Amino acid sequence: MLNAVKNIGQKEKIKLFLEQRKPIIEDWKHTYYLWKSTPLAMLGTVIIFIFLTTAIFAPLLTSYSPTEQFMEERLLPPSSQHIFGTDQYGRDIFSRVVYGARVEVWIIFIVSIISVMIGVIVGIAAGYFGGAADEILMRITDMFLAFPRLILAMVLTAVLGPNLTNTMIAISLVDWTVYARLGRAEAMKVKSQPYIEAIRAVGAKNFRIIAFHVLPMSISPVIVQLTLRMGTIILTAAGLGFLGLGAQPPTPEWGAIVSDGRSYLVDQWWISTFPGMAIAFVVLGFNLLGDGIRDILDPRLRR
Amino acid sequence: MPKVRGNLLNISKLKVVFYTYRGIIKALNGVELWMNKGERLGIVGETGCGKSVTALSIMGLIEQPGEIIEGDILFEDKLLTSMKENTLINIRGKEISMIFQEPNAALNPVMKVGFQIAESIGKAKNKKIGKEVYAEVRRMLEIAGLDWERTINLYPHELSGGMAQRVMIAMALSSNPKLLIADEPTSALDVTIQAQILELLDELVKKLGNAVILITHDMGVAAEFCDKMAVMYAGNMVEYARTTNIFENPHHPYTRGLLKAVPKIGRTDELQSIPGIVPDLVNPPSGCRFHPRCESAMKICRKDFPPLVEIKSGHYIACYLYRKENIQNADT
Repeated sequence: MLNAVKNIGQKEKIKLFLEQRKPIIEDWKHTYYLWKSTPLAMLGTVIIFIFLTTAIFAPLLTSYSPTEQFMEERLLPPSSQHIFGTDQYGRDIFSRVVYGARVEVWIIFIVSIISVMIGVIVGIAAGYFGGAADEILMRITDMFLAFPRLILAMVLTAVLGPNLTNTMIAISLVDWTVYARLGRAEAMKVKSQPYIEAIRAVGAKNFRIIAFHVLPMSISPVIVQLTLRMGTIILTAAGLGFLGLGAQPPTPEWGAIVSDGRSYLVDQWWISTFPGMAIAFVVLGFNLLGDGIRDILDPRLRR
Repeated sequence: MPKVRGNLLNISKLKVVFYTYRGIIKALNGVELWMNKGERLGIVGETGCGKSVTALSIMGLIEQPGEIIEGDILFEDKLLTSMKENTLINIRGKEISMIFQEPNAALNPVMKVGFQIAESIGKAKNKKIGKEVYAEVRRMLEIAGLDWERTINLYPHELSGGMAQRVMIAMALSSNPKLLIADEPTSALDVTIQAQILELLDELVKKLGNAVILITHDMGVAAEFCDKMAVMYAGNMVEYARTTNIFENPHHPYTRGLLKAVPKIGRTDELQSIPGIVPDLVNPPSGCRFHPRCESAMKICRKDFPPLVEIKSGHYIACYLYRKENIQNADT
């Protein structure tokens, strides 16, 4: 069969390739159809698309530096030159919001990686080994869950020292519990499957079973949950920034910008309002997209 | 040290329990079993009589909430029951392999078939998974009667039941184990495929000379395939003999009942079932666990469990009916 493939032309090769992958293509088409028939998911996608392109092309969207101060241009209202106005140091708010998108993307990325890693390792270890390991790991998880998220994140950043890196560590340390619980539940389910027993009968060691057989089967609900939680990550980061525990000035972090403008809120409303709207907009986008993904992946709704 | 009666495997007084919310399930109640190299042993019995638990005990795969509380499993000269997990790993897959009941469920759904066989070969031969191992995978797939070019890159859901079972056989035999345990290898397949799989297994085992334990509840399959048979009931081995002896001259009342319940072509008399149901193993009957359903139960059957005795050479039975001194105590 392989020899036959070598002898045919490029066009036929592509045709054969498409032929073989027809079920996958059909599946994607169906996914596209479902996505198109849920307007809210579409809206979410568009918002996140705008958010990401803003972050990537930030220098092209604005000619002002987000951190350079022009004292003679301070507190200008929105105009054609500064469409979101300027703040008390004469910095362009629009450019700060645009560059802020980069900071937010970075926070989401790092927090997702750290928290998923901690959560999945703890959860799968607990679920797979069971018994005492399960009990200890899950009680630790419960301890983290016993505190309100924002308060715990505040305490952690206050202890570690307020800066962007520590904010990300703090949010990760608060956020991993969800993935630990999900990972544990999935690992417990997978562990009792006949193919795990079969691979044990072949003589596989625990590490191999976990890494190659339990992990790939347990990861998908974690990924879905991750997309659902990205909005929350932004909110926590912005909350910490607002309280002065997150990114430190002059880093253009949205929560910190809102905080900068709050003493001018009555007369110069634009300083706080625009970054605040950006936060609301992006969180809304993530939530709509997350709901959309959940619905699209739900086999019961997939008709 | 347990009594040595076979030169490959000796199981003596094996007791396994499972701790559940309902109570302690006494799954195996002193099972005795032995076999020689290259021999084929069939274990038959109703669902829940402990066939699979026996197999899992041999593999050392009894897990929480189960536990082996008594007895020894001697494999060649190694006492498996006292081995630690990390030494047992070297026996599993290499010296004892297992074929599972539902072939599709026993393969990991997210991994290609070729990789899964490669994993077991790599493990058995202590090799990194590479070209050499994959060459072996191809050879094994071919031996198992599959077109390797087509199969090697398929996922388990793309296989039919028969193909999946062939993959399992390829996997289990890739290390050329001394003992192959086949736990109802054909019960999830339809009849024509069953015959094919049994034929394949028969052919391969003949070639390689492995000993086989075939667990089944199909008397016909056991008759076809096995040299010897062990009949189990509610966690006990009740009769052990050559296959022909079991079929032509069954002694234990349970074996007799079992054979009367097998439909055959050309059979004109009515099928007889054994009255009563399989006992609840949380509260098993006292003495012989079969006595509430046994037509020839005696007083002593209620009190003590009958020991395994050899009534003819190679024909063992656990029943008081065959002890002369006990026949006099009969009160019915």
